[in-house]
Amino acid sequence: MFAIFQYPFIQNAFLAGSIVAVAAALLGYFLVIRGLTFAGHALSNIGFSGAAGAVLLGVQPVYGLLVFTVAASLAIAVLGREIRERDVAIGVIMTFALGLGILFLSLYNGYAQQAYSILFGTILGISRQDVLVTALFSLLIIVAILILWRPLLFSSFDPEMAEARGVPLRAIAGLFLVLVALTVSLAMQVVGVLLVFALLVGPPATAARLVRRPAWTVVLAIILGLGYTWLGILLAANGTWPVSFFIAAISFVVYLPVRLFSSRLHDRRPIIEVRRA
Amino acid sequence: MPIIQEPIVVLDQLGVRLGGNPVLQDMSLTIQRGEFIVILGPNGAGKSTFLKLLLGLVRPNAGTIQVLGSTPQRGNQAIGYAPQHRSLDTELPLRARDLVGFGLDGHRWGIGLPNRSRQERIEKALLEVDALNLADAPVGRLSGGEQQRLLIAQALLTDPQLLLLDEPLANLDLARQQEVVALVSHLNRQHGVTVLLVAHDINPLLQVTDRVLYIAHGHSCLGAPHEIITSETLSNLYGSPVEVIHAEGRFFVVGAEI
Repeated sequence: MFAIFQYPFIQNAFLAGSIVAVAAALLGYFLVIRGLTFAGHALSNIGFSGAAGAVLLGVQPVYGLLVFTVAASLAIAVLGREIRERDVAIGVIMTFALGLGILFLSLYNGYAQQAYSILFGTILGISRQDVLVTALFSLLIIVAILILWRPLLFSSFDPEMAEARGVPLRAIAGLFLVLVALTVSLAMQVVGVLLVFALLVGPPATAARLVRRPAWTVVLAIILGLGYTWLGILLAANGTWPVSFFIAAISFVVYLPVRLFSSRLHDRRPIIEVRRA
Repeated sequence: MPIIQEPIVVLDQLGVRLGGNPVLQDMSLTIQRGEFIVILGPNGAGKSTFLKLLLGLVRPNAGTIQVLGSTPQRGNQAIGYAPQHRSLDTELPLRARDLVGFGLDGHRWGIGLPNRSRQERIEKALLEVDALNLADAPVGRLSGGEQQRLLIAQALLTDPQLLLLDEPLANLDLARQQEVVALVSHLNRQHGVTVLLVAHDINPLLQVTDRVLYIAHGHSCLGAPHEIITSETLSNLYGSPVEVIHAEGRFFVVGAEI
């Protein structure tokens, strides 16, 4: 089973997959606690349209992906300031982008293989150079999140207090969404745009149900993300089923029991309560 | 600690508009260090706006405002603030000490490495509000009164001179209300913290209140409870007949949408 590691394309897949899993779990944690998981999903779908546009223009899909996801993340940040309106704004932007994607595909007369790989990922077909580019961008994203860590956490859990304490809410929200856009663009290589959710939201949503401390939730999310990715690649490389199927399936199979049984696990209120007389 | 003649909040002919509508008009008042002020008034009268004005989150359109000797600036550590509380998601992945800790360094950049003096300050604030035993509990699972005490602990972390509390008694039963009132009063009397507390009902606070700031229809009055909560003053403020009934040491206001 492990003989596959002698192949460079498997080594590249493990390296790129691992790097992306770490960045996605870190960003995804904040998506989960900010109630922005729909935005994560929408940005990946929007990325598909950008990639389709790039294919039509004859340039690398990743450029179209970046342009569309970053532009959409800024639009979401501006339009969706109120939580009530946010999902509507995201949905409208997403469907418009998807419409464009369909248009681009219909205008493109060539072989649709590239569109297929954007949708479902190409992790087993990436080069060492792709790995380096992925590593560089992931490192930038991770460093940016670590710098933003405390104000981002504060404004996610308690925006009103954060504002009163002088945290620049809007700048942080916008910057965070741009980082999500970049992460989505990276994760596309591994699982494809349709299944970015599996790496971005699956691990942190599961982790958040198991531990309460923010730093530990992120660490657990990263461990889960790495586990899903490694196992997914290992299973796919030894068979004929696609990697993205395995990653999405593992993400689901782990989340489901945790979701069903975690409430009881956490119902450990202090037994002795000291009350002010 | 007695009230010291040292103005902490000074407003002079202050006016605030929000979205073109006047919320507060021609407001002039002085609040002294160590006072316990209760802010009353109907919904939407501008009570929360008044607190946000002191925090520098809302800018005046007219007049001047001085808080602790300077124009309000966001992020002033000398002001502790607990916004109107909404009940937290029961699954919120956060411990009480994490929530309280935001009050200390949540606005700073970077991840903030764990250190002992930080933990000690957080635990001291939790002890102050009698919630040390809740430190590691998931915040979403705590009761409304417990969550409210955490918000007050968060506001206390920077040893503020001025404490702004927006409806800390809302949605609490009588016993829990009394707990919060006793706690805030203790901070006011023992530590000399000036308190501005927004409430809907003066009665649970009568014993501890120095003065009442009543805000209605853009206008306001500041004075001792028995001076402000009278049929005459409130009728003037509301611009329609209001009857105040004073019975068994409690005030009941009739005829206004309080």
